[in-house]
Amino acid sequence: MGKKTLIVLLMVAMAAVLYPLYESYQGSEQLTELGQYYADNGVQDTGAANLVTSVVVTYRGLDTLGEVTILFLAASVISFFLSFKKEDRKESREIRNITEILTTASQVLIPMIYMLGVYIFVNGHLTPGGGFQGGAVIASGTLLMFLSNPDFKLSHKVIHYVESTSGVVFVLIGVLGIFMAGGFLDNRILGLGEVNTLFSAGAIPVIYTFLGLKVGTELSNVLGIFVESQNEQ
Amino acid sequence: MEYVIMTTGFALAIFGLYGLLSQKNLIKIIIGFSIFTTGINIVMVAIGYVRGGIAPILDNEGISQIAAQKSIVDPVPQALVLTSIVIGLGVTALMLAYVMKLYQDKKSLNINDYKNLKW
Repeated sequence: MGKKTLIVLLMVAMAAVLYPLYESYQGSEQLTELGQYYADNGVQDTGAANLVTSVVVTYRGLDTLGEVTILFLAASVISFFLSFKKEDRKESREIRNITEILTTASQVLIPMIYMLGVYIFVNGHLTPGGGFQGGAVIASGTLLMFLSNPDFKLSHKVIHYVESTSGVVFVLIGVLGIFMAGGFLDNRILGLGEVNTLFSAGAIPVIYTFLGLKVGTELSNVLGIFVESQNEQ
Repeated sequence: MEYVIMTTGFALAIFGLYGLLSQKNLIKIIIGFSIFTTGINIVMVAIGYVRGGIAPILDNEGISQIAAQKSIVDPVPQALVLTSIVIGLGVTALMLAYVMKLYQDKKSLNINDYKNLKW
């Protein structure tokens, strides 16, 4: 009983902390100064029609690099944490029968899901989406693969090489920006091209492609580790 | 409109906190944490809203470049929320890995069975 009261009290305290934020908030009629700068100069500076992309990849590209590092760190800690000895592995896991519907539908859907993921990260500078979203879609395709075929095993070699290559290329493009353009992760190392076409916005599509591959393989790897550790006893 | 989103966000954050504190099952605690994060993300997106604004994509469709520059919502909070979602995903996956390891140790998901850090 005492615990319940304590929880309610804590929630009321939390609400009291958040209330001034809610009270002082008023819907804005215009952008903040920073937002207005991005709106006025974003397209000329980066050539990307999607301003969120130009903020994520170019203006705040270093943040994104840190974000990728955190994701990589989480994936490595998970694989370190759930690593298991070979002799502990119990091969005969009890698996419920997979229905015909799931196996047939997955054969049709998996290539389409992968294609959608690639489309999302290649068009990140034109439409809503980008490397992280596309990578997550690719990982969901891998999840469907695990569900429809429990014996499926990811090739750790391929995952490892794709992931590390994409990470290195991302940093290399950033370093190239120092020498060929204004600074680290500057996207003007390639021509900006015509706004609203696929080959525009300089290095942004290249960066997002490798980012999408990296996030996709990383999340697939995490899923693979979770599935594999089910065999552990 | 922005008040509806703001209220939803705060309500979700509070409910998530309630789930975080009241549940005994470790998986349910993680779900509460995810709801809490979602609420905070919604609040952050709501802060960047501009009345009558459109998505910050200047692709000249149906509206001219100059008019679009005047009527978009703030792209900065959206970029921050994008970062926040990805970090939240990593944290959730890490917590689930810990839960799996704990379950292997004691075959229990009830938080009351883990008293090693209780004094």
